[in-house]
Amino acid sequence: MIPVPPKLPPETEALRAEVRAFCAAELAGTTGLDRSDSWMGFDAAFSRKLGARGWIGMTWPERYGGHARSALERYVVLEELLAAGAPVAAHWIADRQSGPLLLRYGTEEQRASMLPQIAAGELTFCIGMSEPEVGSDLSAVRSRSERSPSGGWVLNGAKIWTTFAHRAHYMIGLFRTAGTPADKQRGLSQFLIDLSLPGIEVRRIRDMSGREHFNEVVFRDAQLAAGALVGNEGEGWTQVIAELALERSGPERYLSSFELLRAAIDAAVPDDAYASIELGRLYAELVTLRQMSLGIAAMLERGEDPATAAAIVKDLGVTFEQRIPQVVQDLFGLELLAGGSDLARIQARILQIAPGFSLRGGTREILRSVIARGVQK
Amino acid sequence: MLLAESAADLFDTEVTPELLEAADRGEWPEKLWRILDEADYPRLFAEPGVTWADAYPLVEAAGNALLPVPLPEALAASWLLSQAGIEQPGGIVTVIAQPPGWLAENRNGAWYVSGTASGVPWAHAAEHAVVIARASGEPVVALLATAELRIEPGLNAAHEPRDDVTATEAKAVACAPLGGLSTGILYEFGALTRATQMAGALRRILRITAHYAGERTQFGRPIGQFQAISQQLAVLAEESTAATIAAAFAWAEAAEDPETPAIAVAKVRTGQAAGTSAAIAHAVFGAIGITAEHSLHFATRRLWCWRAEYGPERFWAHALGATIVRQGSARLWPGVTVL
Repeated sequence: MIPVPPKLPPETEALRAEVRAFCAAELAGTTGLDRSDSWMGFDAAFSRKLGARGWIGMTWPERYGGHARSALERYVVLEELLAAGAPVAAHWIADRQSGPLLLRYGTEEQRASMLPQIAAGELTFCIGMSEPEVGSDLSAVRSRSERSPSGGWVLNGAKIWTTFAHRAHYMIGLFRTAGTPADKQRGLSQFLIDLSLPGIEVRRIRDMSGREHFNEVVFRDAQLAAGALVGNEGEGWTQVIAELALERSGPERYLSSFELLRAAIDAAVPDDAYASIELGRLYAELVTLRQMSLGIAAMLERGEDPATAAAIVKDLGVTFEQRIPQVVQDLFGLELLAGGSDLARIQARILQIAPGFSLRGGTREILRSVIARGVQK
Repeated sequence: MLLAESAADLFDTEVTPELLEAADRGEWPEKLWRILDEADYPRLFAEPGVTWADAYPLVEAAGNALLPVPLPEALAASWLLSQAGIEQPGGIVTVIAQPPGWLAENRNGAWYVSGTASGVPWAHAAEHAVVIARASGEPVVALLATAELRIEPGLNAAHEPRDDVTATEAKAVACAPLGGLSTGILYEFGALTRATQMAGALRRILRITAHYAGERTQFGRPIGQFQAISQQLAVLAEESTAATIAAAFAWAEAAEDPETPAIAVAKVRTGQAAGTSAAIAHAVFGAIGITAEHSLHFATRRLWCWRAEYGPERFWAHALGATIVRQGSARLWPGVTVL
């Protein structure tokens, strides 16, 4: 179901060393807690530096500000950024899915205006899929987009759990352009939405750790120009499924707790056999997941559809990410977990955000339905 | 060079449920072994330039077919003998891989080997066995005729022969220095082959379980359409896929470095997958799956045994964990990316 990945080509090693050295220099002075934010760490200046280095939009054509690099080269950059705990959130979603979506389905005008800015690390995107009454059953979208008399579009409704909408410049949102929620997948379309437009309100939602990263976005007669439609009217569902495969296929789906694993390794006593066994199990999982994730990068490089494979790696990956804080709780007592140590702080944070790992990007149960369908085909 | 597909096709044709039943009763599948032997499969490494990566599809297909003959052991012997420059004899050759503590002594130009081991695969059926022993402290590879050994036949829970072997100054057919290899190398090769056989058997289990879930109807529809079952099929697919990748990766790495930690990774990951997946398969098949008549148990019983052989997960996880703790977090990621 997932091909065995080829050895990474030798030219990726120089690139890896370059990214590693860049991260070491840029992240000097950060704490483990800072780095534990992983791909939820937001730093617009850092993203612009990555853009200047050519590490955003790497596989896109040069005429759109891309760098025509291979999917495997891009993979090496991504995994090095994640393993270093670099703050990549300001460009992550745009690089991972919004840009590729525009490249595939967008108009020439959308590509020409958006992609170079994304590749420069100057634009933050968010994804408008879930709604207050629309969670796992995404096809029941209620938010509407209707033609305005001037030929543009008028948006009404609300999106929710929209990560970094409060920092984003644009959203690519899924709206109903025909029929009713009972029509399910038919009549849905995607739009490129400038979030600074009137009629759009972004409300922050605080999570249980006390932090604010996701939002509700309310649309009240928000007016879009005719050129805001992405792809074809009524084909939003097909586009969204392709987008979700991109959203689920990357190394961020197993590296979210990596900083905690590092801290646990440093806190473990070398002659503690039980700790070694538990950490060794995690290491075996880590190495295997990396190969699986590389296998998906190889599929993307060959232009294959990774939908089922991506769901497999995401579900196994988030299970691994969620197991790390469980192992840490099992291994370390109050002496290590109550104080102000890096381990204690990182553990407290990861424990509270880990339940979300198997929700964001599609719940565990939905992913398993996707996998089971793939297996029973 | 043989083709992996032709080996897989051959195994699928020859290893029928009837053959597995006969092997389960203790019958040696003479015809199957003769076919493999004539194809030179057991002597793969006698051909120059063959690496561990070339053996992977053969061992994976053997696991997938539940091949009831010691082909993985023959491959281990073939590789080690080729490394040591000893000509591989015809017939069945097994390996004595487990404990250190075997001794070899040279008297008047002849080598004499002593030691004991338990759970040696197919020792009583084999004509020869390969073992790593120490001669005055230096590791050597010894080729022994099984006629020189005392062998107590035994079986594992899957009814695969696992014999107790004692050598008391057994005269070796040949003996040569091990060279720079680790004295645990046969154990590592054993772990790698069992991990790979597990991955192959898990691929089989996924196929037959998904097929059964689509065919078996209860409450008016195929049971695979119930979420309680489909969620379990998804986990089975995940585990089977992870096992395949872990095993394939280990062979690729071992082709460059026979002592790669990727072997430990594979044994830990495939063992974990075996435990989870065998339970799911039995849950989906229900009562028919635990009957002697149904063939599911030929796969699940082997999985349980292979998981334990050549070191359970605890053993290999400890080796991996002790290393990463000793090296510290700064070397964790660089270590993963050079694997």
